Amino acid sequence: MADLTVDLGFLRLRNPILTASGTFGYGLEFQPYLDLERLGGFVVKGLYFEPREGNPPPRLVETASGLINAIGLQGIGVRAFREEILPRLRDLDTAVIINVCGADDDEYVRVVEALGRERGVAAFELNISCPNVQRDGACPALAPEATRALVKKVKAATAVPLITKLSPNVTDIVAIALAAEDAATDAISLVNTFLALAIDVETRRPKLGNVYGGLSGPAIKPIALRMVHQVASRVRVPVIGVGGIMTGGDVLEFLIAGARAVEVGTANFVDPRAAVRIVGELERFCEEKGIARLADQVGTLRLS
Amino acid sequence: MPMDPGARIVGHESWNRYHLLSVAAPSVAAAAAPGQFVMVKVSDQPYPLLRRPLSIHGRDGDRLEFFFQEAGVGTAILAAKKPGEGLDLLGPLGRGFRPPERAAGRLATLVGGGRGIAPLFFLAEDLHSRGVKVRVLYGGRTAADLPLRQKFERACWETRFATDDGSYGFAGLVTALFAQEAAARRPDIVYACGPDPMFRTLAGAVRTLGVPAQFSLEAMMGCGIGACWGCVHRIRRDGRPAWTKICEDGPVFDAADIVWPEEA
Repeated sequence: MADLTVDLGFLRLRNPILTASGTFGYGLEFQPYLDLERLGGFVVKGLYFEPREGNPPPRLVETASGLINAIGLQGIGVRAFREEILPRLRDLDTAVIINVCGADDDEYVRVVEALGRERGVAAFELNISCPNVQRDGACPALAPEATRALVKKVKAATAVPLITKLSPNVTDIVAIALAAEDAATDAISLVNTFLALAIDVETRRPKLGNVYGGLSGPAIKPIALRMVHQVASRVRVPVIGVGGIMTGGDVLEFLIAGARAVEVGTANFVDPRAAVRIVGELERFCEEKGIARLADQVGTLRLS
Repeated sequence: MPMDPGARIVGHESWNRYHLLSVAAPSVAAAAAPGQFVMVKVSDQPYPLLRRPLSIHGRDGDRLEFFFQEAGVGTAILAAKKPGEGLDLLGPLGRGFRPPERAAGRLATLVGGGRGIAPLFFLAEDLHSRGVKVRVLYGGRTAADLPLRQKFERACWETRFATDDGSYGFAGLVTALFAQEAAARRPDIVYACGPDPMFRTLAGAVRTLGVPAQFSLEAMMGCGIGACWGCVHRIRRDGRPAWTKICEDGPVFDAADIVWPEEA
């Protein structure tokens, strides 16, 4: 049996398969379908400090090989998460990662302060794509300075390892990644969804209640892969690849591009067992190719 | 959770754009209750990507029936499937209809509009077996929109039909037929599935009558299992309206708890 383990420095994973925030609920929704302990870990739905209403429907529209969502980060807030959900997750033998949101920098800090001393939190993933009231609705993900400032504040507020999740909706993703690294993020995950629009030609109205939404699914995989390669070539911290992963073969592409681990997202909606199926596909791939240690595949893209 | 990734189509009847699929799906069938649904994978290709929700129309042993209308790329692929082909089903999902307390002898009126008739056949059979007196009101624009009329006419409960153009049964909306029926004898409980305008009219009617009602809502769904939060509707919970997941907390809700957009 091949060695699938991943060493992120601050965290060891059973295998490189995590799930992407917003596509895996709070983890418990998937327990009837798969063994959470077969995964490297999972990232729970983005948490603001306060409960959050979310956007009016329609919240989803399917496009060619993809899905545009505008859920609006509806969620239960930190208190209900700590009291009702975390006690059911903390004893699982897998990495539980909490995706952290905030309407301003202070809210991000309040979330990590409230959960940072709880047992069973392997890492925080900073969702810097949240629209930020402090910055007139622009999110910290859009500018290196804002990213640097936010990551610094959050790092100062918690000893729990921090993964910064980048938005692809920027002109220079490497500049944002370097800013996060400079502010001492422990890892970088990318990409979040691509800002997108779908229109009903009969009514000339947007198909989503929120007008714009985030595109995910196989449609974005080649762009995500390119961005992962660009970032992984420039930063020293571990990179976690995200974007349209449906199969074990897709995971290998991200590893070869330089990601040490990946997050499976939209595939969880199509098949609630997808993440575990993909682990199986990686195991079989290693066996067939005679790969003893999957981590050796990381960053092996041949350019000449 | 029962799933039937290897379910098999054993029958397919169609009427213009309406289809009735019969599917051998032993695990899902064994667990299914009226008002629940399944998520169907219509293609192995990346487009269409997501599963499609289908309400359970009927059950016969280890077979399930699904009644649907071709409305887009997913249902068009499903409509082209033939007996013998496999089908990947996830389910049964959601909270279905609840039977009335002290069911025997009660009068239940079931109101279905267009493809919304789908879950009401399974419900009618179940209520009938509990001794409930069942009356189904099945409405459509024209007679062609009532493809299941013979199936309902053959059943052992009473069905009345309504068409907007009067081409079959009562001439007018199914909600007008409901008003007429309810004036003659007030039902003890009302169950309904159909388009939003039908629900809104019916919600007003049952409120005036003071009759409890359960409505099965329809929505585009991302996952069907409560993970994506994509299929929400405004529902009163503890008296306060909140975006509530149709897939997990529904699809059946008490009519009194459903908030319609103009009230929100």
